[in-house]
Amino acid sequence: MADFFLGHYAYWFTIILLCIGLYGILFKKNLIKKTIGLAILQISVVLYFVSVASKWDATVPVLDPNIPVDQVANYLNPLPHTLMLTAIVVGVATLGVAFTLLIAVYNRYETLDEEELIDKIQ
Amino acid sequence: MIESHLPAYIALTFLLFSVLIPAFGLWRNELSQPLAVIGSGLAAGFSIYGFFTYLQLGSIRYFFGGWEPPIGIEFVYDGLSGFFVLVINTVAFFVILHSHHIAKKEFPGKEMPYYALAMLMMLGFNGMILTGDLFNLYVFLEIASLAGYAIIAIGDKQAPYAAFRYLIIGTAGGTLYLLGVGFLYTITGTLNIIDMTAMLPQFAGSTAVVAALILMIVGIGVKAALFPMHGWLPDSYTYASSSSTALIAPIGTKVAAYILFRIILWLFGVELTDAVVPFTYIIGVLACIGILYGSIMAIAQTEMKRMLAYSSVSQIGYIIMGLSLANPWGFAGALLHVLNHAVMKAALFMISGQLRLKEGHSNISLFDDTYRKKYPWTMAAFTVAAISMVGLPPLAGFFSKWYLALGTIDNSNWLFLAVILISSLLNAVYFFRILENVYMMKPDKGQKEASDAKRNEVSGSMLWPTSILAVSLIVIGFANAVIVGVLLNIFPM
Repeated sequence: MADFFLGHYAYWFTIILLCIGLYGILFKKNLIKKTIGLAILQISVVLYFVSVASKWDATVPVLDPNIPVDQVANYLNPLPHTLMLTAIVVGVATLGVAFTLLIAVYNRYETLDEEELIDKIQ
Repeated sequence: MIESHLPAYIALTFLLFSVLIPAFGLWRNELSQPLAVIGSGLAAGFSIYGFFTYLQLGSIRYFFGGWEPPIGIEFVYDGLSGFFVLVINTVAFFVILHSHHIAKKEFPGKEMPYYALAMLMMLGFNGMILTGDLFNLYVFLEIASLAGYAIIAIGDKQAPYAAFRYLIIGTAGGTLYLLGVGFLYTITGTLNIIDMTAMLPQFAGSTAVVAALILMIVGIGVKAALFPMHGWLPDSYTYASSSSTALIAPIGTKVAAYILFRIILWLFGVELTDAVVPFTYIIGVLACIGILYGSIMAIAQTEMKRMLAYSSVSQIGYIIMGLSLANPWGFAGALLHVLNHAVMKAALFMISGQLRLKEGHSNISLFDDTYRKKYPWTMAAFTVAAISMVGLPPLAGFFSKWYLALGTIDNSNWLFLAVILISSLLNAVYFFRILENVYMMKPDKGQKEASDAKRNEVSGSMLWPTSILAVSLIVIGFANAVIVGVLLNIFPM
């Protein structure tokens, strides 16, 4: 049992991050904090992909003359990392749009607290 | 020669025009809308040509840079993606053609960014439909969503907050989808949909597959406004500007429904989807709840745009229900409803935009029979679209419900059949309420000065697109046998 927890510790951290992110999105009243929760949620998925790609005793995915290319266990899988570069860019763009919208909300209602905002809208 | 490159042309047209519009728009702002019309018109032309090519020559797989999958990435133009591309690009062309005066009135001076964003959003939607790669699908999903959030934020005072709520829910959904893709990648080692379809049956019953399926259905369900995840939709559609709503409402949720079709019927297949938990039945029940909830909420609204938004929640339920039936009639009914609902909702939202332009409101309780005298053709188009929405026989809306009903009978699923019938009655309640106001209600005595109604019809650039969409509902109704014949051939099993 302990092996199951210790052997997958990277995934447990990812799950904890995912839960923190979801908690922030669902329960925080401040819209900026909600956005931070969203960023944490995205980062947890990024870390999941990166930890999937890790291997013990493997080298960087650049051809080494001493290691035959067909021994794939000796090279890291580069694909998840490249995918995550794209996902990180998407995340940054999302945060940009989110903060732009928040500036527009603040300029119109002068608050970023969800309850106050709903009161002011009605 | 052109045939083999068609899938790329459709998406690249939008990318090209999303760059051209800022370039020319900075020089002359009024060039933005004509350029957007040309761009979406070209893409619609490619889609129509492409669909006829598909009917003659079969599906097209376009490999980017000549790298064959699973190493390279590809666009797949098969029956399902060809049909969806055809529907969304044609409807988008009419909506953008229609939006000239509304854009001038509702966000003057901001036409250039609006149309550039609209082109980017259409690029995202077309990419989501055409791509054959699960990760690219995520990237296109985010392109379409980010442009969509910005477009929704252009509008009333409340619009940015509605867009922000959509952003939080939508991005969380997209992230869950990405996590699901991650699970599938770790067990199969590929991201290509066709490649993965061949490998997945080995992993039937694996918990990772079930978890991936749940994450993907939830993530895409948010975008499709499947029942418990529809919360963002009514506010976004109500507060966005009329032309934005007319562009997003007929297209956005349909594209998400397409991904559900692709995932459940193609990627996993019904047997693998239902291997552990009967997911198709669960989403069917959710769709039923959504149909009834959307219809009942629509009856409670007095604002026409908000009513149409709730009606969208209910109509997307029909499409998902057809998917959950997973038999040929349900499938054909769902796809026919994609076409019908895109045309009907575009027409209805365009009409609500016309009323907002002319009257400054679209409050149903203020409608009376002067509207019929002032806007005879607009109201004729509205009547056709509303009756089609309710589902009376010669019009398109009847036939999609008819084929869905045939599908439920094939599966002996009487609960779903009852929901279709009850919901048609509820639709009749909320649309005939407007028709009654427009055709029978005499104006109030106090507003006597308003009642010497003169003909005040909207200009041709708005009237023609609306009328063409309304007439096409009649044409689709009469041609339903031909369309369904084509759609039945697309069914994968």
